[in-house]
Amino acid sequence: MRNGALFAEIDAANFEGFLKQLYVMLDCKYPKFFKMDTLSKLAFMGAELLLSEISENSSEHKRTALVFSNRSSSLETDRKHQEAISSHGEQYPSPAVFVYTLPNIGVGEVAIRHKLQTENAFFVFETFEPEFLQKYTVSLLNENKCDQVLCGWVEVDGNERHGFFYVVGRNGKWKHSAATIKNFFEHD
Amino acid sequence: MKTPVYISHPGLVTPLGLGVQQNFTEITNGNIAIQKHSRTDIAKEPFYAAMVSEAAINEAFKSHGAISEYTKLEKMMLLSALETLDNSEVKISDKTLLIVATTKGNIDVLDKDSAFNSERAYLPNLAKTLGDFLGVTATPVVISNACVSGILAVAVAKRLISSGGYDNALILSGDLVSRFTLSGFQSFQAISDLPCKPYSKYRNGITLGEAASSVFVSTIKPTQFAVQVLGDGSCNDANHISGPSRTGEGLFKSVQDAMKEAKIDAHEVDFISAHGTATIYNDEMEAIAFNRAALHGSLLHSLKGIFGHTLGASGLLETVIALEMMKQELILPSTGFDTLGVSKPLAIVETIKHQPINILLKTASGFGGCNTAVVFKKVS
Repeated sequence: MRNGALFAEIDAANFEGFLKQLYVMLDCKYPKFFKMDTLSKLAFMGAELLLSEISENSSEHKRTALVFSNRSSSLETDRKHQEAISSHGEQYPSPAVFVYTLPNIGVGEVAIRHKLQTENAFFVFETFEPEFLQKYTVSLLNENKCDQVLCGWVEVDGNERHGFFYVVGRNGKWKHSAATIKNFFEHD
Repeated sequence: MKTPVYISHPGLVTPLGLGVQQNFTEITNGNIAIQKHSRTDIAKEPFYAAMVSEAAINEAFKSHGAISEYTKLEKMMLLSALETLDNSEVKISDKTLLIVATTKGNIDVLDKDSAFNSERAYLPNLAKTLGDFLGVTATPVVISNACVSGILAVAVAKRLISSGGYDNALILSGDLVSRFTLSGFQSFQAISDLPCKPYSKYRNGITLGEAASSVFVSTIKPTQFAVQVLGDGSCNDANHISGPSRTGEGLFKSVQDAMKEAKIDAHEVDFISAHGTATIYNDEMEAIAFNRAALHGSLLHSLKGIFGHTLGASGLLETVIALEMMKQELILPSTGFDTLGVSKPLAIVETIKHQPINILLKTASGFGGCNTAVVFKKVS
């Protein structure tokens, strides 16, 4: 879904396959994508879908803050690293896995892709927290730390895979309230 | 006119002891928290790290709760919180924001030998356990932004309070030394073979540490000793996920943003509590960023040579020590430093100095390209 409308219907065997097809569909041409863990790929594709709509040379784009959140941090990748160190010499921990045992790495991937030397933070909540996110986003805009904010919920844990992204600016189609965000989150 | 926001009521639990005073006394006596440990549950070979004694934690915690019901990290964070809440002029209300800042939380429970359920590894569960114990009713928020988590929490709290979203914030930060983190940094070949030596010529990596610290951030100006949070910035390098920018871009921008908001010039910064992890690239990056920001004349230290790198806890732990330095008008040296090993000049403190700090700059940097800078000012 994008902007309330169905953007693409993808039939994939698994979530990784879904993200890969989206990557092909958007013609990303960014081989580093394939080194990322699922959480980072999800963050990356969310940013691709929304930031591609905004001119790269605009001040809004250059001053886009990144505010991401989820419930399970990087636990999916944490378990992979734990498995490698628990297998008594059969497997060695890999730096390529270990680096993704932080939830904010996906935010870093988005920053690198879109050249955003900007404000960024990663929050972890029991459930999606539109009120908190609304307040924090407004504080960033009010203190002129940025010109727009890309907010993302990126949850990857067991069978749960959920990405929800929106951009908050000084002007826009919808009023930036906790109720609006909640409504989109529940109906996307 | 923005509402002034203050940082107050520090709490601290480290291998050097419980409480800010105990830690400060140990440091001024020249003691460090890093030791050689033989712990086969964490690594096959002996390693240097700054580790808290669980027996000492249990002894201190047993009068507050059942020691077997809480993980080591939870007990450390709660003991720190109790120091913050003790005699605090700031009171917990339904408009108190509880921020838990951690990189890996209870990650050690993923180990099959852990006495705790692996569900404890979910960071919201850690936050809920802490909030329930302390009687905070509002939903807690976890900040997990690699090694800037602890200081980013101060910036986030200040932003939310000055914009009227909350009355005050109780920040608890903590991280452990675990097989998980040690093996990971070893796989990066980032662990020093001796206690780490920030900014030194022969530095060769980090030493891990564990600690918990806590503060209140609020609009209430403490009567005795008040420090205001004047400005902050938290900018990404947009360069590499596991290495810092060679030009110090994100740190430079974070410092510029913080100083601009604080309306101060570089020459007004009396002291920098820097990150200084003692990796080749991090310390060099900091030297470049501080020089670009014309901060090379400001006195500076890294506390990693004392407490090791306590990951997400480090930013707040080092802020708490710096607040005590402001109070006592005493500057602690950069332990482990010998010969300058970065390409740009830095005014590294080599011995204890008795002089006031009016304006403090705290910085941190971490994986994912994150950086945070916060400017503090003594106002009484």
